[in-house]
Amino acid sequence: MIFIGERINGMFRDIRAAIQERDPVPVAERARIQAAAGAHYLDINTGPDVDAAEAPEVMAWLVKVAQETCGLPCCIDSPHVEALRAGLAVHRGKAIINSTSAEQERMDALFPLAVEFGAAIIGLAMNEKGVPKDASDRLALAMELVANADAHGLAMEDLFIDPLILPVNVAQEHAVEVLETIRQVRMLASPAPRTVIGLSNVSQGAPERSLINRTYLVMALAAGLDAAILNVEDKALMDSAATAEVLLNKEVYCDAFLRVFRKPLVV
Amino acid sequence: MAVEIVKERWKGRVLEMVLGSGTHTVKVGGDAALPFLHFEGQIPNRPATALEVWDRVDGEFPPMLTAAFEGVLGSPGDWARRCVEYGADMVALRLVSTHPEGQDAGAEEAAAAARMVAEAVEGPLIVLGCGVEEKDAAVLPAVAAALDGRNCLVGFATSENYKTVVAACIAHGHSVIATSPLDINLAKQLNILITDMNLPPERIAMDPSIGSLGYGIEYAWSIIERMRLGALSGDRMLSQPVICFVGDEAWKVKETTADDVAEWGEQGRRALLWEAMTAVVLAQAGGSIFVFRHPEAMQHFNRQIDALMRQDVY
Repeated sequence: MIFIGERINGMFRDIRAAIQERDPVPVAERARIQAAAGAHYLDINTGPDVDAAEAPEVMAWLVKVAQETCGLPCCIDSPHVEALRAGLAVHRGKAIINSTSAEQERMDALFPLAVEFGAAIIGLAMNEKGVPKDASDRLALAMELVANADAHGLAMEDLFIDPLILPVNVAQEHAVEVLETIRQVRMLASPAPRTVIGLSNVSQGAPERSLINRTYLVMALAAGLDAAILNVEDKALMDSAATAEVLLNKEVYCDAFLRVFRKPLVV
Repeated sequence: MAVEIVKERWKGRVLEMVLGSGTHTVKVGGDAALPFLHFEGQIPNRPATALEVWDRVDGEFPPMLTAAFEGVLGSPGDWARRCVEYGADMVALRLVSTHPEGQDAGAEEAAAAARMVAEAVEGPLIVLGCGVEEKDAAVLPAVAAALDGRNCLVGFATSENYKTVVAACIAHGHSVIATSPLDINLAKQLNILITDMNLPPERIAMDPSIGSLGYGIEYAWSIIERMRLGALSGDRMLSQPVICFVGDEAWKVKETTADDVAEWGEQGRRALLWEAMTAVVLAQAGGSIFVFRHPEAMQHFNRQIDALMRQDVY
């Protein structure tokens, strides 16, 4: 599976302070830690305190600091199109854009942006009416995303459908609907689009966050999940993912399977 | 109507291994697609061949092999030169004399035989112990030292003796053959243990312990195929080229040596086909290095590989 490290986000206090002072040290440190923990991509989000006007410059700065530190590709995460463009412009390698919704206006702006920069893109299964209640409505929106991505010439493997998981303490009924969506998304096209979730959202505001996160990740992997934005620094979570990959017969078992997984080999 | 060719897209490739030194090197592996599917990815190197040379021949040796190497069986150096004349990419010296149940020759004798072969031919060498783990660990360090700088492929490293064998390979600049008992999980584990000693992953060849045609070749096929799928999906600990000792397996079975079975056809032709077909089958499973005993079986194999290496002919 693809691990997208969630930690370079202005929502976190250390990153927020680093952005305010343009201090690259905490950002570089998080990039290094997440790379060592096994991240394949680093999610980069300027956070709620940076406004639309300032976001492009901040995004470009964060992407540069992160990539100069560890060389990993980024998942450029912003609601502002100009911030996404600024991040993509300085990015080396193949980025992931995070994200478009299934709103027509967003799709018309963001799918061409992905094609222009040769990036992959996350498509959220929601529109102006919000997050759907069940799997079938999520799949209807996923189909809109698939059709629009295809119309813009985006390769299906470059589209990641995010069925949107909600916190279990307030929206418990969504967890199974998201699993069902993951199972069915692969039938929408051939080759199929891929699936991603923002894992930590499932445990937002609940106790035992790590336990909830790793239990749900394993369930989602069994349903066919391809990628997750998550806390790669959570060792128990990463070990659960490694074990699931072996039990799902995606990785060849060996006695040192955990160690191989923990020590990412430079390809 | 135009037919669209469906292509698999892989993210990994088989590691490319270079054997030999100076102007006489052979490259194996590097495949970016399943065997011979040229339209799906680059297959930069054809499967390489080696012919076996024994440091000593005592007692029974099949008459066909004796005939092919007439006059040189007592001299490993001359035997090695004959292998090169027959067109082998590499020479594989098998240190038969070191077997504890046979001559039980020591490390210095083995090293002397290795030196003799190394002086006779310039091309890449494969050096094989007797396969008894303890004895190989005792003999191979001296052999590796004698061949310092020749960038040989040295075997057999197993889960029991790999530390000694790998340390010798690191010290003298050789690559190692990692032998596992027809088990994908143990093969992967052994690669991890060996790379933990800081031997680069592209200096390991995997010996999955094959069986010949009619003797479990389908198990070997499955293991090799799984190794290649692992490499192509990016599993670095299953990305090493596979070596197949087809001569050793083929010349053990009665279908190769029995000359009194009328319905099996003439023995000579049957024996050559048995060895050649074992190799051709395992090349199509994904093997990269093939160690033969009979030169004609090897040549037969090469004709098949010539055809399989032609690009996009279907």
